[in-house]
Amino acid sequence: MSEAAIDVRGLRKRFGGLQVVEGLDLTVAEGEICGFLGANGSGKTTTIRMLCGLLKPDGGEGHCLGHDILREPHAIRRQVGYMTQRFSLYEDLTVAENLDFVARVYEMPNRREAVRRILDRMELGPRRDQLAGQLSGGWKQRLALAACVLHEPKLLLLDEPTAGVDAKARREFWDLIHDMAVEGLTTLVSTHYMDEAERCKRIVYLARGRIVVQGAAATVVAQSGLTAFEGSGDDVDRVAVALRHSPGVEAAAVFGRALRVASLDREALKRAIETRGGALVWREVEPRLDDVFIHMLSVQGKGG
Amino acid sequence: MSNAFSFPRLIALLRKESIQILRDKLTLRIIILVPMIQLFLFGYAINSDPKHLPAGLLSIEDSKYTRTIAAALTNSGYYEIRVLRSETEAEEGLARGELMFVIETPPDFDRAVDRGERPSVLIDADATDPSAIGNAVAALDRVVADLDRDLPPIRQIAPPAPPFQFVLHARYNPEQLTVLNVVPGLICIVLLFSTLFVTTMAITKERERGTMENLLAMPVRPIEVMIAKIAPYVIIGYIQVSLILVAASLFFGLPIRGSVPLLLGALGFFIAGNLALGVTFSTISANQMQAVQLAQFTLMPSFILSGFMFPFRGMPVWAQWLGNLFPITHAMRIVRALLLKGVGWSEIAPEIWPMALFAVVVIAFATLAYRETLD
Repeated sequence: MSEAAIDVRGLRKRFGGLQVVEGLDLTVAEGEICGFLGANGSGKTTTIRMLCGLLKPDGGEGHCLGHDILREPHAIRRQVGYMTQRFSLYEDLTVAENLDFVARVYEMPNRREAVRRILDRMELGPRRDQLAGQLSGGWKQRLALAACVLHEPKLLLLDEPTAGVDAKARREFWDLIHDMAVEGLTTLVSTHYMDEAERCKRIVYLARGRIVVQGAAATVVAQSGLTAFEGSGDDVDRVAVALRHSPGVEAAAVFGRALRVASLDREALKRAIETRGGALVWREVEPRLDDVFIHMLSVQGKGG
Repeated sequence: MSNAFSFPRLIALLRKESIQILRDKLTLRIIILVPMIQLFLFGYAINSDPKHLPAGLLSIEDSKYTRTIAAALTNSGYYEIRVLRSETEAEEGLARGELMFVIETPPDFDRAVDRGERPSVLIDADATDPSAIGNAVAALDRVVADLDRDLPPIRQIAPPAPPFQFVLHARYNPEQLTVLNVVPGLICIVLLFSTLFVTTMAITKERERGTMENLLAMPVRPIEVMIAKIAPYVIIGYIQVSLILVAASLFFGLPIRGSVPLLLGALGFFIAGNLALGVTFSTISANQMQAVQLAQFTLMPSFILSGFMFPFRGMPVWAQWLGNLFPITHAMRIVRALLLKGVGWSEIAPEIWPMALFAVVVIAFATLAYRETLD
């Protein structure tokens, strides 16, 4: 129990007539990087906001860093670093002024030193006197990360931290998160990127405010029961259109000259390939995490 | 837990607010310059003792006494006389607003006067704005006395001496200058504008820019946020007060007979109350537009019920009671009393506590209304 950084049960939240989070149980072990996945509107942001005390749950109970989420939101706030989906630092303050503000608000005893260290670590030093509003997306996101780890939190809650950021910046961002995990920081990070999900120790997939699957990426793939085939050839686009609407095929996606199809129903998938597979060269492949998620998204889309 | 008020956190918030205010140079310039411009504009524009009002003279025949009346009216300074040829011209002039008065002497006026028949001179006045013609009408009495000198000796009967006479001392403003009444009121109105509206964006700006979520996720307390949003503008408010006072005394000859520190101290409550009200509107509004609209609703009663535009004592008791709720009513009395009457602390103390109470209640309300979650 004391090992878990997040341990909540039956979390519920309703906005107007919409049940956004419905009976969510979540446990994240200390030092773990947990990926939070799911379609837009599946309740990821709402859950993260409830965990850091920004929203009051309608129901449920549990602890975050050993503090009761309903009764001690202030204690939780002091030890959590929350990075909002939208850049929420002050654009009319410089990089250094923003960080100094955060350090002062958390009443850090060694403020100057802490700001200097984080500027170095995030390589923000050369930009310290630049207004935050003038930074590019990648640097803004770095500054936001710097601001939320500055007060040395025990738990990081990152809400789509890499949305709209280029591949190199995303890679570097994740390297930083892994470095901090080594130092014992627990991280719950929501994302839409599969490569990022694969870098998490554990992933939790949310749909309609409930957890659908969770576990290590490999486990999630294995448990999905999906069969995947890959066909290659020149005619992939046309075949993809034909297959996408065939019964039994849940996903058909083109990657260059290859077409990946996946289904829960192995026989139906084979039949579909035989009848509409065209002149492609087909072989069975291991399903990947993105096959699983596209499958889950499409199941959701069909109202399943 | 360190949930209670924290001074270092307040300093952090104050620093942040100050940097943001100083960095927004345009807004800063506007909030310092606009009050000055308004003071000059309105200080010179407002006059509750209008002179040289257009008046038409309608007389059937050439008459000696009519000429005397016309000359006397012109000399009073309140009338600008022009001779009319017909009733129609008079009616049209009044209807169009080209004439404020029509003075009509009856036929055979001179002879009737000489015979002592006490003929009537009809004055049609445009009374749509009674206060505009009030002083001009009051000047008529003196005109009768002027006419007396032109009468034939037999008619110049000395009026019986009244048993006593009134002697009026127009205290604090012996020349009864409008400017001495208007400018102190204007100081309060201008301050109200510049302090009420700057803080309407205080909380809504955080919300609209998305910075609120981050601020809420940090361990700051509502009262710390409130104080940090208000305090820097108190300093700006004092800069405005100082500039306005200097300008008022240099350009409008406004005397400062009371103690300046006392005036500044008392106005501090006024400024704080307005800023707090702005923050409150900002707290309960979804966006800045709403907050500004709420603030605008308080402007009209501030103008009308405070005694700025109309005499406070002329209002019914319930309206006076309502007017007394507004800090500006008390601020206006304090400014007038300290500048013109030169009173001291004990005279203005009864005006200070309602403003202080207002500020405290409003800040308390804003603090309670400030939600610490995004719900």
